[in-house]
Amino acid sequence: MTGAPARWPEGGGGRISIAILAMGGQGGGVLADWIVTLAERQGWAAQSTSVPGVAQRTGATIYYIETAPPRGDALPVLALMPTPGDVDCVMAAELMEAGRSVLRGLVTPDRTTLIASTHRAPAVVEKQAPGDGVADPHAVVTATDFAAKRVIAFDMEQLAKSNGSVISATMLGALAAAEVLPFPREAFEATIRAGGTGVEASLRAFAAALAQAKAKPVEPVQRFPQKKFVAWPAATGNAEFDELGVRIGRFPAEARPMIAAGARKLVDHLDAAYAGEYLDRLAEFAEADRAVGGAARGFAFTVAAAKYLAGAMAYDDLPRVADLKLRAGRQTRVRREVGANEGSIVTTTEYFHPRVEEMCATLPAKFGAWIEARPRLVARLRKVVDRGRRISPNTISGYLMLALVAQQGPKRRGSLRHVREMAHIEAWLDAAKAAFGVDYDLGVAVLGCRRLVKGYSDTHARGLSKFDRVMGALPLLKARADGAVWLDRLTRAALADEKGVALDGVLKTVATL
Amino acid sequence: MAERSFAREVEDLKLGAGEVFRGEGILAITKALLQSGVSYVAGYQGSPISHLMDVLADAKDVLADLGVHFETSASEATAAATLSASVMYPLRGAVTWKSTAGTNVAADALSNLSSGGVTGGALIVIGEDYGEGSSIMQERSHAYALKSQIWLLDPRPNLPTLVRMVEEGFELSEASNTPVMLEVRIRTCHVHGQFVCKDNRKPSYTLRQALENPARDVSRIVLPPASFVHEKEKLERRMPAAIEFVKSRKLNEIMGPVEGDVGVITLGGLYNTTLRALEYLGLADAYGETRVPLYVLNVAYPLIEEELIAFCQGKKAVLMIEEGAPDYIERDLNTILRRRDISTRVCGKDVLPMGGEYTTPVMIKGLDEFLKLHARELLGNGPPPPDPGPVLSDLRVKALAEVVPPRPPGFCIGCPERPIFAAMKLVEQELGLHHVSADIGCHLFSILPPFNIGATTMGYGLGPASASAFNVPSNKRSISVLGDGGFWHNGLASSIGNAVFNKHDGVTLIVDNFYSAATGGQDIPSSRALNPRRKTNNSIVDAVKGIGARWVRQIDRTYDVARMRDTLREALTTKSEGPKIIVASSECMLNKQRRVKPLIAKAIKGGERVVKEKFGVDGDICSGDHACIRLSGCPSLTVQHSEDPLKDDPIAAIDENCVGCGNCGEVAEAAALCPSFYRAETIHNPTAFDRGLHRLRAAVILWLETRRMRGRARLAGEQA
Repeated sequence: MTGAPARWPEGGGGRISIAILAMGGQGGGVLADWIVTLAERQGWAAQSTSVPGVAQRTGATIYYIETAPPRGDALPVLALMPTPGDVDCVMAAELMEAGRSVLRGLVTPDRTTLIASTHRAPAVVEKQAPGDGVADPHAVVTATDFAAKRVIAFDMEQLAKSNGSVISATMLGALAAAEVLPFPREAFEATIRAGGTGVEASLRAFAAALAQAKAKPVEPVQRFPQKKFVAWPAATGNAEFDELGVRIGRFPAEARPMIAAGARKLVDHLDAAYAGEYLDRLAEFAEADRAVGGAARGFAFTVAAAKYLAGAMAYDDLPRVADLKLRAGRQTRVRREVGANEGSIVTTTEYFHPRVEEMCATLPAKFGAWIEARPRLVARLRKVVDRGRRISPNTISGYLMLALVAQQGPKRRGSLRHVREMAHIEAWLDAAKAAFGVDYDLGVAVLGCRRLVKGYSDTHARGLSKFDRVMGALPLLKARADGAVWLDRLTRAALADEKGVALDGVLKTVATL
Repeated sequence: MAERSFAREVEDLKLGAGEVFRGEGILAITKALLQSGVSYVAGYQGSPISHLMDVLADAKDVLADLGVHFETSASEATAAATLSASVMYPLRGAVTWKSTAGTNVAADALSNLSSGGVTGGALIVIGEDYGEGSSIMQERSHAYALKSQIWLLDPRPNLPTLVRMVEEGFELSEASNTPVMLEVRIRTCHVHGQFVCKDNRKPSYTLRQALENPARDVSRIVLPPASFVHEKEKLERRMPAAIEFVKSRKLNEIMGPVEGDVGVITLGGLYNTTLRALEYLGLADAYGETRVPLYVLNVAYPLIEEELIAFCQGKKAVLMIEEGAPDYIERDLNTILRRRDISTRVCGKDVLPMGGEYTTPVMIKGLDEFLKLHARELLGNGPPPPDPGPVLSDLRVKALAEVVPPRPPGFCIGCPERPIFAAMKLVEQELGLHHVSADIGCHLFSILPPFNIGATTMGYGLGPASASAFNVPSNKRSISVLGDGGFWHNGLASSIGNAVFNKHDGVTLIVDNFYSAATGGQDIPSSRALNPRRKTNNSIVDAVKGIGARWVRQIDRTYDVARMRDTLREALTTKSEGPKIIVASSECMLNKQRRVKPLIAKAIKGGERVVKEKFGVDGDICSGDHACIRLSGCPSLTVQHSEDPLKDDPIAAIDENCVGCGNCGEVAEAAALCPSFYRAETIHNPTAFDRGLHRLRAAVILWLETRRMRGRARLAGEQA
């Protein structure tokens, strides 16, 4: 016994603790091994542990490292798990994992340097929502800014990729820049070299991250990308297009970018005349908006109408899909996405499953309805039509087949689908106008409900049914001052899950208001 | 053959005397087995001990040099029964598995083994899968040691101690004719550390010698009257011998001051955490110096009464630290002290929680409470222990709890099991919900989003067995899932044989991915690879037919979602009697990629013609409903916010990790989802024919496309 040991924290003997939070398959183990080797090569004692569990390459996992200088012959007793409140450095290989580290109490303002990659890899629960289930990154930034002593946060995944390497290398670079460990840059680089695999790319990524962490340690996160508004071209050389441009110019300035986007979409969907119809309808909305002093609200009603009416008029149907699949520019995009190099050939196979419903939708309205009204005929047709078809637009036969379908597009004004969509649109717009008459915001909210109608086949049918259920609550909400708030809430609830469980809950609440 | 190579780790097994081993705890144990002159090693893979099996499977040369027999057992029961080689012969043997799951399976053999006793050292390395990172029910393996009288080692989690306990464990086993369990927790198995090696030792007595000189002794066989003699022998001879050995070798350790009002007794495996908690309370430092007397039990069973009494006597109170329920040691300690009328207070589960992992904060709280009760003066006025409380109670952090999504493990990118459950979900949409019995294996991830399929899991290979009661006339049949690993482990007899014999009317889905995938991709009897040391390629279909099943369907490409769905529908609706068995086979993608990825890269580099497939999404067509994701959950099928001002919801996207398995397209097709998915086929190093054909097609299509677009006005800057 050599007298009383020094009290904590001095008793820690200069120990440094590092927790790595990563998703399976991200190379958290490689990073932990590097850090242990690095410390050992500097004559420190080092230990790492993990609970990697099963073999799958997903799931959040944590690696924990402690390292301490030896004291004479005595080796430190190192812990096998991080102690909340006593972690010098947390390295999170994804933004939500940084959030998780804060929730676990591993990040504290008195001591923790947080090194986080700000990129997102959404979890299944975020991806599966029929609407936008992606978690709010700003909540993480707010919490980490408060909880950490120091933050180094930028997209280390992207930086690694652009240097031909993986995130463990950029994270090690950020660690070197953070100077949490009292080891020189050369020691880090020597450790990477000793590893032996992908050394050059790792060193490049390491250096890039080190430089960025020193120069600009925090990069702001962005929840949504900047929406891309393309202004209507000034002189197109096409009288119809120029006429549309003039007409768009007559709308309130606040609404013009959205209207231009909508008109552009409808020209693409059908033709300039169709975009003209769109503007005709919108003019009425803008007029009503101006009449009630919409300028004070940024013409929210007109903007909402411009956005959702364009989406509704450019309904998803097979001719549109076929047309998009044939676009010349698409081949270039696909090549870029698969990272094809110069000499290689890229072809695509498209997965279609047209059903009798989709077939009838493209037929002249009366004929389509006639077939639909005959269940036995439909059943017989189903055997012929209703199956998966894989078509390659890069073969001549595939091209011709898709071109044939796309050919129906220009004729779609008389199709069953078009007639139905127009009727639905009219009813919806009438409801919006009526609601607008009661309350400005309620009118905007009714326009927003149209967001629920989207997609093809079952998805489309489910969307329509949700739309009807939400709109069904409108009479109840018209009488309330906060009707718009409730209608928005219903729309969001409808997008929370597939079956509409959340929607049912909110509808029940609305019924008791 | 397992697709991950352990060649580098095998090198570590060859280290000689004086050289320093650097690596994982479980590999240090593996090396220690070879240093102990072990004759044979067997086991069943599973986290956290898989690497012991994996490394030895790759260490053919090392094992051959030493004359060590290694085998991958069919189950933990087989592994335990393997130890019977040490009953009559002076052969050292070691087996390993994940516990308590594996010990449950092995229990029959273990009881028989420990009843008759052993001549050669018998060591059972159990990976105690408890606490964070565990994938099984939370129980203590300790119970098996107590009930069967098997000695239980629970060493301090550092490599030198682990190695020492392996070596002395064999000696303890031989000195007391009793098998010994070496319990190692998850983090201990994966702890990185170092130790100084000894040379590997050839076994002094070989299996061959034993085979050629057979011995028997009817008194070693578990049958009356010998079994009654065994019980007496265990208590009267083997137990005292073990206690004497543990004492004389000082396997348990006493640390800190000799005198003191209070003391702490902790299990070896919990030592590091105990010490850290003491450090935070100002009672120890980082190098193991402690102001509180510590008695560290590297041997959890048997307890050494003499040592315990010496430690407790004269102290006001002791704290017993043992993780998990029930409090076996604390109870024994109370009995020991009461019998001797020693008045030392025993604390334990009164200040520490009965269940759950003993993390550092838990230990700090327990120790603090114990010291406040019995030795307040020790606590003094030091700085407070680390406390994230103020951070965690801040509203900005509390708000995070609603934001950060859970991220449990799930199916890998391109997993062949995903389309099986996608098909089940499609059938569910047609025929309604069914009772689904799940099993152990990767396929159990079906219970999580997005699939949400599976009601119970009752043990490895017991999926169909656990649907046994549901064999009554009904408008709906039960569905059971069984993996290929579970099938060969226990499922063939307990699940399939049972269903055939009892004419069970349910549907059984056997998920065959060519490996024991969840445990790291080890070979099993139906693995498709040729393994020179094992007999693989044994058909599951033949096996179930052999046991009497008649309605059997084989699907040799699980990615065919439509066929999968139709076969399931047929199984659920056919009039055929008896079990309906579907064997759905496709190779585990994780292991497939390990195999083919380097080959493909090499072929492309070498100028060979290679076609690579990858999926993509046409963002303009995707409406952001994510029905495709609800039928997939693939990590590479993700979402991203769109720049399109007309779109509110994020659209689907496929990242660069896509392996082109085909599930996205097949699901979109089978479920009639939107046609936004495409498969891109990239021909690397195309032949002259490829290039010619491509040029010809491109030229014709360009001509056709120009004609098609003629007269159609387009705005500049439109989307491609």
